[in-house]
Amino acid sequence: MIEEQSIVKVGMADLNVVQQSGIIRTVGLGSCVGLTMYDPELKLAGMAHVMLPSSDIAREGQLNVAKYADTALPALLAKLRELGASPSRIVAKMAGGSQMFAFAGAGDTMRIGPRNVESCKAKLAELRIPLIAEDTGGNYGRTIEMDAGTGILLIRSVQTGVKEM
Amino acid sequence: MEVFKHFKEFKMDVLREVGNIGAGNAATALSRLLNKPVDMAVPKVQLLPFEEISEKVGGAEQVVVAIFLRVEGEAPGNLFFILSPEAAKSLLNRLVGLPPETDGMFNEMEQSALCEIGNILAGSYLSSLADFTKLSMYPTVPALAMDMAGAILSFGLLQFGHMGDDALLIDTTFLEGDHEVEGQFFLIPDPDSFAKIFKSLGVPMDHD
Repeated sequence: MIEEQSIVKVGMADLNVVQQSGIIRTVGLGSCVGLTMYDPELKLAGMAHVMLPSSDIAREGQLNVAKYADTALPALLAKLRELGASPSRIVAKMAGGSQMFAFAGAGDTMRIGPRNVESCKAKLAELRIPLIAEDTGGNYGRTIEMDAGTGILLIRSVQTGVKEM
Repeated sequence: MEVFKHFKEFKMDVLREVGNIGAGNAATALSRLLNKPVDMAVPKVQLLPFEEISEKVGGAEQVVVAIFLRVEGEAPGNLFFILSPEAAKSLLNRLVGLPPETDGMFNEMEQSALCEIGNILAGSYLSSLADFTKLSMYPTVPALAMDMAGAILSFGLLQFGHMGDDALLIDTTFLEGDHEVEGQFFLIPDPDSFAKIFKSLGVPMDHD
């Protein structure tokens, strides 16, 4: 008997967690960053699909914390801790942050991918969570999924195929 | 973002007309290039959650060819011209006589030709829009990408990202007679541009 693995989807500007044998995935990362936090002992995997580097510029009434790097990472960590994860065991991986279109004389908006990556790294350092693998930058889109059973992050892209880390 | 939810049907009609005029001119330009009639669907104007925008072209993982232009001027925004890879190959074959290559990627010559086609179509879209609204709008140099729709389109949503989880999109599909070349225009004006567009068209912004 093949048991169907449960797949949890994380949308754009969204975050979620999955435990044991489940899979957590997010599709079509461009300049957005897909960041995972994993507690190997509990086999607990969390993922956030971060769209923008900082909530300072937010003009929305109700802040969607999953959208901004500076708010999504603490929110994801809090969610994992609620489920019993220990911050000392949690490791992070991330992918995405590409620059889909290159323009000469491009402004800050065009550099949003690299800025998302920088902001995530700064926040991880602040939260004292080690970043053990990353596949960021480039000019192509990525779909990522993490198997909560192993903590392996699978990265698929149109141009470079599939890789694991 | 709340303000968009309260756009009355009349305002949506105005935006539909904006899409109609722009895409109508682009379709005419394409028709001249192909020397064939090109049909156009009635534009759709929708406030959509980010997730659903890529559903319009077959889902976030669907591979599409996109020509992206940033619109600058008085009413800035993002303009995408989106084709399936097959439609793009077919377009290249007919317009510039480039034989379709077997593998999925586009070589430099093909990319350059696609950018130029996108430039012509987007230019006619924008210039008719600028005439209609009397606002200055000019495109940046086009950029081309062939990738997952989600990765490409999310780039056009960043300006909306600060304000909420939805974007207002003017979407027009057009197809050539035998349906071999089907494409979509997505105009995503920056949130602040709507007031300017309405104002210049004499639509009162208050009391809606």
